[in-house]
Order: sequence, then C-alpha cells, then structure tokens
Amino acid sequence: MAGAAQAQANAGRWARIGAWIDARLPLSKFYQSQLLDYYAPKNFNIWYFFGSLALVALVLQLATGIFLTMFYKPDGVIDSEGFSGAFRSVEYIMREVDGGWLIRYLHSTGASAFFLVIYLHMFRGLLYGSYKKPRELLWIVGVLVYFALMAEGFFGYVLPWGNMSYWGAQVIVNLFGAIPWVGPDLIDWIRGDYSIADATLTRFFALHVVAVPLILLALVFVHLWALRTVGSNNPDGIEIKERKGADGKPLDGIPFHPYYTVKDVVGVGLFGVVFAAIVFFMPTFAGLFLEPPNFEPANQLSTPEHIAPVWYFTPFYAILRAVPNKLAGALLMGAGVLVYAFLPWLDRSPVKSIRYRSKVWAYALTAFVIAFCGLGYLGMKPAEGVYVISARVLTIVYFLFFIGMPLYTFKEKSKPVPQRITYHA
Amino acid sequence: MLKRMAMVLMFAAAAAAFGADNPNQKCIDGLGFAEEDVNNAASLQKGSRNFVNYCLGCHSLGFMRWNRVARDLELSDEQLQQNLIFTGSKVHDYIKSPMPARDAAEWFGRAPPDLTLITRSKGPDYVYRFLKSFYRDDSPLRPTGVNNLMLDGASMPAVLADLQGEQALVTHVVVDPATGKTKAKVCDKIELAHPGRMSPAEFDVFVRDTVNFLTYIGEPVKAKRESMGVVVVLFLIVFTIFAYLLKKEYWKDVH
Repeated sequence: MAGAAQAQANAGRWARIGAWIDARLPLSKFYQSQLLDYYAPKNFNIWYFFGSLALVALVLQLATGIFLTMFYKPDGVIDSEGFSGAFRSVEYIMREVDGGWLIRYLHSTGASAFFLVIYLHMFRGLLYGSYKKPRELLWIVGVLVYFALMAEGFFGYVLPWGNMSYWGAQVIVNLFGAIPWVGPDLIDWIRGDYSIADATLTRFFALHVVAVPLILLALVFVHLWALRTVGSNNPDGIEIKERKGADGKPLDGIPFHPYYTVKDVVGVGLFGVVFAAIVFFMPTFAGLFLEPPNFEPANQLSTPEHIAPVWYFTPFYAILRAVPNKLAGALLMGAGVLVYAFLPWLDRSPVKSIRYRSKVWAYALTAFVIAFCGLGYLGMKPAEGVYVISARVLTIVYFLFFIGMPLYTFKEKSKPVPQRITYHA
Repeated sequence: MLKRMAMVLMFAAAAAAFGADNPNQKCIDGLGFAEEDVNNAASLQKGSRNFVNYCLGCHSLGFMRWNRVARDLELSDEQLQQNLIFTGSKVHDYIKSPMPARDAAEWFGRAPPDLTLITRSKGPDYVYRFLKSFYRDDSPLRPTGVNNLMLDGASMPAVLADLQGEQALVTHVVVDPATGKTKAKVCDKIELAHPGRMSPAEFDVFVRDTVNFLTYIGEPVKAKRESMGVVVVLFLIVFTIFAYLLKKEYWKDVH
C-alpha cells in the first residue's frame, strides 16, 4: 500500500512538472495537436514512406557531418607530394580516426540515399497529384528544399578535393561564365581566385556546413508546417477533411500517432537494411556514389577521362550537354529544374490520383520517367555521337511532358472519383 | 511514338558503347583478372614482401603506417622490423620510399606516384594487367626500351622483367582499303620472348599477391567492414520484423 501511495505521489510530482512547463511552453498542447489530433488518411501505401525517410536521411547527414567536420580540413593547397590537406584529411578519416571510415561512408552513401528518397517522394507527388489545390505552397516549398539539397550535394562533393571534385567544380562554376557581360567577373567572384583554388574550397566548405544546412532546415520546417495545415494527400487523391464523423474527426483518417509513427518505423527498418547493405558491402556503389577518379588528388594538369557529376545530377547534366550553345544549355538545365515549381498550374486536371486519371496522363508520366532515367544514364556517358542525339531526343520528351501538360490535361477523360477512400485492412 | 523512338535510340547507344575499339583490346582481355581477396592473410603477407622488395624503392604508400599494416596482417613489430622495414623507418612511420622525389622526377620524367589509392582510382584489375603487360618496344621514343599495354608511353621501366622475362607483342597491320594507309596496328597476342626466373604461373601468383596487398592498402578496413556488415544487416532485418509485428498489432483496429 505504501508503494501505491509513493507511485501516486510520484505521478503527482510529474504532473506538477508538466504543468510548470506547459504554463511557460505549451509542449503537451503541441504533442496533442500535432501527433494525436493530427489525422492522416488511413490508406497510405509504400510511396508514403519517403517523406519520413527524407527526414531520417537529413538527420543522418547532419549527425555524420558534424563528426566529419571535427577531422576534415578545408585546405586546397597542393603540397610537394601532390596532395592537399583536404584530401589527406579524408584519408586520415578513412584510416586513422576510430570508426571514421563508417562515418564517412554513412555520409557519402547518405547523400545518394537522400536524393533517391527525395526523387521517389517527388514522384509520389506526381502519381497522386499531391501538388494540386490546396497543396500548391507545400509543393513549392518542397521544390525549394530540393534546390537547397542540390546546392548542398554539389558543395559537399567538392570537399574531398579529389580530381573529380576539382573538375566538377570547374565545369559547374564555369557555367556562370556563359552569362553575357557579367559572366567572367561573376566567375572570379564565385571562385575567389582566378582558378578553382584553395579560396574556392574554403568558401564551399562554409556554405556546405553552415549556410545551406540552415536554409535546408528552415525550409523543411516550413514544408512540415504547410503539411500540417493542409494535411496529407493520399493514393486516392480525396480530401478526408470533407467527410467528417459526428465527433468532428475525418471518417477516413486515423491519428498520426501511434498509427503512422509505428508504421514509419517499419519503413525506416526496411530502408536501414538496404542502406546498411550498401554502406557495408558496396560503399562506392560500383563507382556511382564515390567515383574512381576522386581517389586521385585534384590536379589542374590532368583532366579525368570523362567529367561526370554524381548520378543524382546526371539528368540535368545531360540536358546541359545536349545543347550546342553553352548559355542556352545552362538556361535549359536551369529551366529543367525550375519547371517543377510550376506543376500546380501546368496540370489542369481536377482529378489528383493516377488511379482515376486518363490513359493519356499515364502514358505521359511513363514517357517522363523514361526521359528522366534515360537522361540520367546519358549524363554519365561521354558527350559524343549517339549519346548526344539520344540526350537531345530525351530532352525534348522531358520538356514536352511539362510544356504540353496544360493541353493534354485540359478536359482530360478521367474516371469517376469515389466519395470515400479505398482501404482493405 | 516519341517514347518508342527514345527506346530505339537507347538501344543504339548501348550498341555503340560496345564498339569502342582499342587495337590492343584482345591482348588486354587475355591478361586475366586480379581476383583479389583481402581475407587471404597469406597472400597479403607475400604481397607485402613483394611490394617492399620490388616497389618501395620508388613508390610510397604515404597514407599508411607500417604498424597498421603489421597489425592487420597479423605480424609482430619485431617481425615487421626484421622482414619489411629496410628503409630505416620507425614502426609508426608512414610507408615512404627512400627515393628523393625531386631526383625521381628528373630520372623518370615524372615522380613515381604514391600507390596508396591506386586500386581505388584504377581498380585492382587495371594494376594486375599493368604489371603483366610490359613488352619490348625498340622505338627511339621509349627510353626504357619497353612499353605497356594498359598505359601507352609509361615512364616506369619493366622492373619485374627479371622475374617475368621479356615479352613481345605479335601484331598485324590493318590497312584502310580506301586510302591504302595504315589504319591500326592490332595486337594478336603478347608472348614471352625470353623467359625469366619465374614460370608464367609463378609470376601470375606473384603479381596477384602484390595487387591483393595493394587492394588491402587502398581500403585497409574492407575485411572488417564486410564482417561487421553481416551483423548490422541481420540486426536490422530482425528489428524490421519486430517493428512490422508491432505495426500489425496497432493497426488491428483500423478497418
């Protein structure tokens, strides 16, 4: 009996501490409103894992990145043996820091995993019309997250100061030289020197570890904020808020916690198995995640045989090289990335989910996927002969998907959309 | 229609990639593969001995310490000092060639590269084939008297010729029928002109052990990484199964 009284006293104490905090910071209210009273559609399928997985990848990159920063040295000056302090510090992490190799592989594989997860997350948006009213801003903020991620990936790739880092930076920074009038001066301003040099590396380091992560975190916060405001879409593309029960809760919804927290843990587990298999058994992923020329130090006198960015940039790199004019190529590449922000207005069909949309849309989406993946493949190949011609054809397909969208989605012959979501327990 | 066109073009692109014609390709294909295995401790130990005797005179492993190699190859510091360190280094020093870099650049045209990461940048098969494909080249452009199938105009002399013997290329000339000019000199085979101290089979093992050692040097943690990976992946599979069962339990009341 004394034990029970003690337990009650303890519970009372915890309640008082809780009340003390809540009076100053409404933590329990936040928990109640964001997790327990936040209703999500109950018919999420496998495509809905990638949002939470992107968050996992973000946290992984931040955590491993902090540890890498403790040992990495942003020093691009080449010594008498042909190596830079940056390159040496990466090998130091790989060989002499306890567990350094694991942290580095988690970070390098994490970058590719982050992009893969984001691409699948974006494709989910296309499949189920997640960018449509009322989620236009949610989508646009997501596209901004993607831009920030691209900047982060690019700056990060330069840091090991391998030969591909060096020449990749060269190619990307030189793109700004195509801008009329200000181009050459702009390049010098970006590089901080008359060539890609130590000054470039140190500023890219600052951007990679401070500036872009801050922007990324802020954007992710806004993305989640917007999500909590409009609520998740679902594979049927039906608004669950439109059908509420007597208790005011959506009939087709379930509380986010515990249902989706416990389900997302399964997603994290599945992702972890694949991710760990790559980290431990094929960390370079046959040269796709860590490219062989990047195990050679930066060398301005020796250009790698083929300069190719990491796989997640190759679709856009292929578009760049498909155009004979440098400025036009750079502009088209920029357009190829920016165009996603306009999707909410390019797609004129009122029906969201591909389940109830026309065959025309399904074919267009298929053509887009083929074009995107095809361009990704071609971006890794040398820019010559058949590769360039194929890249041109696929670039046209890629842009036709977007430019033609207002036409082929206008008065689209869609199927009737059901009132309630389809769910089989 | 566009989709179909794209498909056809993709196949054409893939076909073109196979047509890449290196006149030496047939000979290179005949050189075999490194078949590296960093779990083979005996091979790694022999490879380390080969490296110290035949490579370290010119090439450093500048990111690797002697005693790390000893630890990974299961050698004591005494064994290390007696059998491997002939350069006067301490056991905790990085593995550096005693040859001064500036002189080396003058002697060979370029300083011999550090080989710590050679198997990572070029791959073990490349190094294996490189070491096996020195052949006699009497061209006045070749100061070493030899050339290499993997790296035309290599600065490196045939250091292993004493063991392997001297090789020669058997080639035939392809003439362009339209112009009557020589189009390419195609390599038919690379043959042993004068035998060395080792039989070809012995020499293959020698090179294989050396490349295996360099593969280990490229990523010393590889063996540990893979054995750790088995445990991590198994744990995550078990974790995922339990997470799934928990999810099923929670979702029982969702209809």
